[in-house]
Amino acid sequence: MSLRKPSVLPGFGLTLGFTTFFLSAIVLLPLAALVLEAGSMPWRDFLHVVLSPRALGSYRLSFGASLLAASINLVFGFIIAWTLVRYEFPGRKVIDALIDMPFALPTAVSGIALTTVFAQNGWIGRYLEPLGIKVAYTWLGVTLALTLISMPFAVRAVQPALLEVQRDLEEAAETLGAGRLYVFRRIILPTVLPALLTGFTLSFARAVGEYGSVIFIAGNLPMKTEITPLLIVIHLEEFDYHGAAALGVVMLGISFVMLLAINLLQAWGRRQHVRAAH
Amino acid sequence: MAGVLPDGGLIEERALPGQHTVLHVLVRWFFISVSLTFLAAVLLAPLATVFVMAFAHGVRAYLHAFSDPDTLAAIRLTLTTAAVVVPINTVFGLAASWAIAKFEFRGKSILITLIDLPLAISPVISGMVFVLLFGLQGWFGGWLREHDIAIVFALPGIMLATMFVTFPYVARELIPLMQQVGNDEEEAAITLGAGGWLTFFRVTLPKVRWGLVYGMVLCNARAMGEFGAVSVVSGHIRGLTNTMPLHIEILYNEYNFVGAFAVASLLTLLAVLTLVVKTLVERTGYRRR
Repeated sequence: MSLRKPSVLPGFGLTLGFTTFFLSAIVLLPLAALVLEAGSMPWRDFLHVVLSPRALGSYRLSFGASLLAASINLVFGFIIAWTLVRYEFPGRKVIDALIDMPFALPTAVSGIALTTVFAQNGWIGRYLEPLGIKVAYTWLGVTLALTLISMPFAVRAVQPALLEVQRDLEEAAETLGAGRLYVFRRIILPTVLPALLTGFTLSFARAVGEYGSVIFIAGNLPMKTEITPLLIVIHLEEFDYHGAAALGVVMLGISFVMLLAINLLQAWGRRQHVRAAH
Repeated sequence: MAGVLPDGGLIEERALPGQHTVLHVLVRWFFISVSLTFLAAVLLAPLATVFVMAFAHGVRAYLHAFSDPDTLAAIRLTLTTAAVVVPINTVFGLAASWAIAKFEFRGKSILITLIDLPLAISPVISGMVFVLLFGLQGWFGGWLREHDIAIVFALPGIMLATMFVTFPYVARELIPLMQQVGNDEEEAAITLGAGGWLTFFRVTLPKVRWGLVYGMVLCNARAMGEFGAVSVVSGHIRGLTNTMPLHIEILYNEYNFVGAFAVASLLTLLAVLTLVVKTLVERTGYRRR
């Protein structure tokens, strides 16, 4: 039984050996340590940590705000992608390049800058304050930070899919009397749906684990504005490694589910693409 | 087409779909203004704030912020970390992409998924795994203390955590690119008697150079800007284990806003530079998949 196809190229053993060694040393073994650390806890203790009211409160905020942020990005990501793909306007190329800014900008910088803009006396915060809307140091601020840092995922997932929508189909439909909404529902949406859902999932996955940008704007009150990653840090600072590891395993499990969902969605997208090409 | 019709008007509006009917203009206007407003509020306003706050007390105060020895130490630490981590992850990326793109073997797709794993993991967890291993009460904590080796709350820990979070960046640019450019030239070179290293440096590297630059630039940006993972392993010792992002946090929490935003402005410039290089690379025809 051969494990690989023969090739004239050299270096298979060297490169694969180095890759697996380095991957194991830097990523896999440390992650295994986390799982073993949590696994060494008695079930009762494990459940006591991960189901404590404070932990449940942090899940509620982390998941709720991430879901909300991903939904906001679902809508605005589509609108922005549509604007960039379909319209020509001055500055379009600059805007297109700026979309990746949250990837390139350190999260701590996003955090302090957003907090300053949306604080009571900030550029935008001062106009929201009289309306009774408090953003900084509330769950709204958390959602805002998560929206910003996960926005590129949503836009970049939808952009290529929108480019693939067959314009001649749209035009044919319109010529035959279909309204814009009908064209959107029957032609555009089916083509970009896998990409929209992929963008949604990627946004959500990124948002759930985010730490740097959130802690500045959140206020960090237990049960109210405390995200799960922050609760892990608090456990670590108290040298409660077991508690930190238990919460870490919960988050790791969620990451795996997300990763699986993303892979399934992308496979679905490729199938749609193949079907559309025939 | 519609122009030839003598009674134009309404017929023209229906007959040229995708053209500028009143509805299309409105929809277009709506989409552009919603996009720009959204981006202005969540992206441009914070970016502008960084510089407005950094220069709030004038250029002298801004420059003065960089005379603080702790700030300089933070800048040095960040540069050192990136100078170690980026080359290592580049070598890894080249090795991984060679193994994955040039050969067919079992378990390849699992390997690709595992390489991407750090991207799906919370930065806090990425840092925590090293605390569990090397921290005071961690697995090797006792042994390390006996031998007087500091990893957590010291430079090695910061580098390990940074390496973990930036691990996939070069590899995930190079793997699809190498798969796409194919092996024909390499196979020709080897068949004609060139050695493996010669083939790699003279044939493969030139073919993938833009993807490599792209991956390294993104890797560097993340390495210099990482907060969560480094925060967990750093111990926040001023002048010793504070990287630039961590130093920003300390200054900000001390209400030293000019100082915090001055350091932030450097990282923002780095981000802008990263995007410029990225755009230039894309202009060479390299497209991210």
